[in-house]
Amino acid sequence: MSNIPVDLKYAKTHEWTRLNDDGSVTVGISDNAQEQLGDMVFVELPEPGQEVAAAEACAVVESVKAASDVYAPISGEVVEVNEGLTDSPETVNQDAYGAGWIFRLQPSAAAELEELMDAEAYEVFLASDTH
Amino acid sequence: MGNKTPLYDEHVAAGGKLVDFAGWDMPINYGSQIEEHHNVRNAAGMFDVSHMTVVDLTGERVGDYLRHLLANNVDRLKDSGKALYSCMLNESGGVIDDLIVYYLRDDFYRMVVNAGTHDKDMAWLEQQAAAFSVKVQERPELAMIAIQGPEARARVLALLSEDVRAVAEPLKPFFGAFAGGDWFIARTGYTGEDGFEIILPATDAVRFWQQLHAAGVRPTGLGARDTLRLEAGMNLYGSDMDETTSPLESALSWTVAWDPQERDFIGRQALERQREQGLSRKLVGLLLVDKGVLRNHQKVVVENGGEGEITSGSFSPTLQRAIAFARVPAGTGETCKVEIRGKLLSARVVKPPFVRNGKAQIEL
Repeated sequence: MSNIPVDLKYAKTHEWTRLNDDGSVTVGISDNAQEQLGDMVFVELPEPGQEVAAAEACAVVESVKAASDVYAPISGEVVEVNEGLTDSPETVNQDAYGAGWIFRLQPSAAAELEELMDAEAYEVFLASDTH
Repeated sequence: MGNKTPLYDEHVAAGGKLVDFAGWDMPINYGSQIEEHHNVRNAAGMFDVSHMTVVDLTGERVGDYLRHLLANNVDRLKDSGKALYSCMLNESGGVIDDLIVYYLRDDFYRMVVNAGTHDKDMAWLEQQAAAFSVKVQERPELAMIAIQGPEARARVLALLSEDVRAVAEPLKPFFGAFAGGDWFIARTGYTGEDGFEIILPATDAVRFWQQLHAAGVRPTGLGARDTLRLEAGMNLYGSDMDETTSPLESALSWTVAWDPQERDFIGRQALERQREQGLSRKLVGLLLVDKGVLRNHQKVVVENGGEGEITSGSFSPTLQRAIAFARVPAGTGETCKVEIRGKLLSARVVKPPFVRNGKAQIEL
């Protein structure tokens, strides 16, 4: 079973979000997503300062198997990207919810966070998504 | 649910992630494709390749049959057990399949063809066999395990019974031999490393796999098999060549035996025409200079105009760079661009193999 921390919120496209104390939101891909994709070999990061809309593709994670879009779970401005992934994309596999974070957003409509799934809902979603 | 090899339960038990491959449920990896890849380059890994088709060809005129059927020439096989890599062409010079054929006796050859082309291969083999009274016998009751890597031979030899080891140990590269009934051991592979491919009764396969596993030979999935063969500069049928491409356009000219002139193999006239008229495209190796990953079907743009396409692209775990085969215009020089998500990235045109026996063969 994949790891689904209860303090995070999840998008149907398998990103997780963490609401930080300063109101910004950190985004990564779920443990289930990294496991499905397999060994990461390249991450294309968004540009800091870039405005993104909810559900917009703004990063790409590439495993040996395939390239996969990472979508912005909510709208906002990219305020920081995880430069460490450029040289160590495998961090996404090793620590999906920690050092493997991908970018940080300053939300433009924080209410959008409420539309994401909590851990329990994401677990149910995963169960219905895989046969 | 697809076909299952005799080793299916072993894959499940080892945590293999099973995917459909040509109608077979096969392990793509057992956790980490990259670790499995490195393990083959540094130690020894094993692959279940029982889905591949083993065909025994017998009859007095089997040599004549193969001289007609294959673009490479079995007359190159003088010693019993010697293997030959060849394409099997249609009349227009397109590749029906690539294969390995082992010369065992003047009236007995063994052939291994791809799983994905099973039906058309068998139909073609049968169709051509009639004129030569050759018996074409598929051997679905046999399994096949490839053990590859610098430590592969030693690990296998240590497990074999004395009489089987006596056959396996002296085998030179690209030779195979029967040992103890229906066991067939060949020093061949698809990784660019030393090792064996062992064809054995399905009823023996599970026990031997378990012995290998206990001896530290790591199960390795089709994912690593693909990156290993790509690094080794070996074509994959269906990706790098098919019925619409000739061996001359697929970096396989070395497998076409033009001499003797009078050998009238299927597709010869088409290849001769192509050779006289000059080729318009070729298959080359690419090394991505910029950051990113090369993938099948990405567009290649060459300097003097013209476009090509990546036929096999991936990340090379050994080189830690993106590599590929690409079919490009014949005049392509030493560099090109590859279009990835709308951007043109720089790549160098290189001559495969990228890696052999664990070592880089190209400058990075």
